Amino acid sequence: MATLRGKTSLTLRQRDTIIGLLLIAPSLVIIFGIVLQPILSTLYLSFFDADLGLGRTNIFLGLGNYLDLLADPVFWETIQRTLYFTLVSVGVELVLGLGIAQLIHAHPPGWRILRASLIIPWAVPTIVNGTMWRWIYNADYGALNGLLLQLGIIDKYIPWLTKPFTAMNLVILADIWHSVPFIALILQAALATLPEELEEAAEVDGATPWQRFWFVRLPLLRAAILVALVIRTVEAFRVFDIIYVITAGGPAFGTVTISYLTYLETFSFGHVGRGSALSFLISIITLLLAFIYIRFLYRPEERME
Amino acid sequence: MTGRRRFRIPKPGALLNTAMQTALVLLVMVFIFLPVLWLIISSISTRAELLSVPIHWIPENPTLENYISILVPGSATSEVARTFKITLRNSLVVATSVTFISLLAGSLAAYALVRIRFRFSEILLIGIIGTRMIPEVSLVIPLYILAARIGIINTPLVLMATYLCFSLPFAIWLLAAFFQTIPLELEDAARIDGCSRIRTLFQIILPISAPGLVSTALFVFLLAWDEFFFALIFTSTVAAKTVPVAIAEFTGRYVVDVTAMMTGGVLAAIPPVVLALIFQRYIVSGLTAGAVKG
Repeated sequence: MATLRGKTSLTLRQRDTIIGLLLIAPSLVIIFGIVLQPILSTLYLSFFDADLGLGRTNIFLGLGNYLDLLADPVFWETIQRTLYFTLVSVGVELVLGLGIAQLIHAHPPGWRILRASLIIPWAVPTIVNGTMWRWIYNADYGALNGLLLQLGIIDKYIPWLTKPFTAMNLVILADIWHSVPFIALILQAALATLPEELEEAAEVDGATPWQRFWFVRLPLLRAAILVALVIRTVEAFRVFDIIYVITAGGPAFGTVTISYLTYLETFSFGHVGRGSALSFLISIITLLLAFIYIRFLYRPEERME
Repeated sequence: MTGRRRFRIPKPGALLNTAMQTALVLLVMVFIFLPVLWLIISSISTRAELLSVPIHWIPENPTLENYISILVPGSATSEVARTFKITLRNSLVVATSVTFISLLAGSLAAYALVRIRFRFSEILLIGIIGTRMIPEVSLVIPLYILAARIGIINTPLVLMATYLCFSLPFAIWLLAAFFQTIPLELEDAARIDGCSRIRTLFQIILPISAPGLVSTALFVFLLAWDEFFFALIFTSTVAAKTVPVAIAEFTGRYVVDVTAMMTGGVLAAIPPVVLALIFQRYIVSGLTAGAVKG
């Protein structure tokens, strides 16, 4: 067909490949131009004892930085904290998000206003979200203390952010406020596309509401839940902004997650080599998650129609 | 569904159910709005009142003083507050440029990847989306060295370039999902009529995908407006500092700056929140396209 239409000797397929590559070229140049060299240099640096601004030659360590990290209890404590943050925040967000999505789907009075309101916490910039909660948690003048005191739950103001475990949970609360709407909006959109007949058939067959939820609705939502979960898991595992603003990693390292540790190692302690190795470990873990992600997204039979 | 429901006599439990659901709606609304309300109230309170115990929920003398001191800075305003307006402009410039470039380059790439099935297209798509998984922190040191060498640290340029490396893959992913929903027949008809690939893209695909383009533009804009880490590392002067960095600087200071901090927070939240509320429909369709259809 190509030879009929054009005078060139290229086949249609060859012409398409050329046009395709031309259309993609600008994006490829931008993306890989900015990503490829840095990621390779980071990998390279991770094999050296390199310091920020000391001006001395880097010493080759081979896998030294990695082995050091893996033998360092601080690293494992940080991984534990990061996993705690990820599991608790994503877990609570999923349960609340699913609940709110179902609430909207039931169309009670005011559901449209609720759906519109959900957009607000999601659209508020992460840093603003962090400063807002930091002010709410403030030990001397914060709204949390003010509220709990007036409700009679506490009898004096509590310095919330001075205990590591409490601080971590309060950072998680701030993250939940910001991210529940994301999951709720995705799931309610998915719920709206589900065929009504299946649940009605189950109801006619005498299934209880709980059974209808567990055996009919939830399996149909599986694809949407999985995507929301993986996106949020990757995000939560790399959490940085909100911790930087609310606790700056404190108290006593209590809210230092893996991204925050990398930031500290690199920019506060100037250990570029060690920081690079850390960032590569994060990359490996997130790429593992990404692998699941992409596999999931590109399995057509998993898609919802 | 509605037909069946309409003729059903409500069960005794149904009324109770509605009441409970309404109560839940209210509960969620309280959870959403309480923090935001406190943010806004703090921004219109006087410093003295904010720092009083017991807490004043409703300010006795609400004031726009805090907004005026940021928007029309006088000599008494602090350094961070005085430069806040400039950082708003920086954020706007960076986010708008990134959105524009992502949309332009992204729609060409997404079209090629979805509709022209050539060799490597599958691998390229996976590679492009895979870059979304690379943590920013693992790019930042070499990027910093590179940017310092060509002298673009503390310019909006360095932020535009670095933001593109995550916003462009995101745009391609979302646009690809939207393009996939356009019936092939439409395109085939145009191609049979002798339209070239490029003309088909600009005259058929893009006009039909207008909602997808709006939705992608919104997501990219919000993403760029929200970005903090690169901005923190790459900008330290008002020449390029963005709003999130300015706000984070407020928190570094003493508690006395809290009114300015909250006012800055409200000002920084207004553009994305207003955009998201106006284009609500597109946000939901974007979430659906990106997440559900894949």
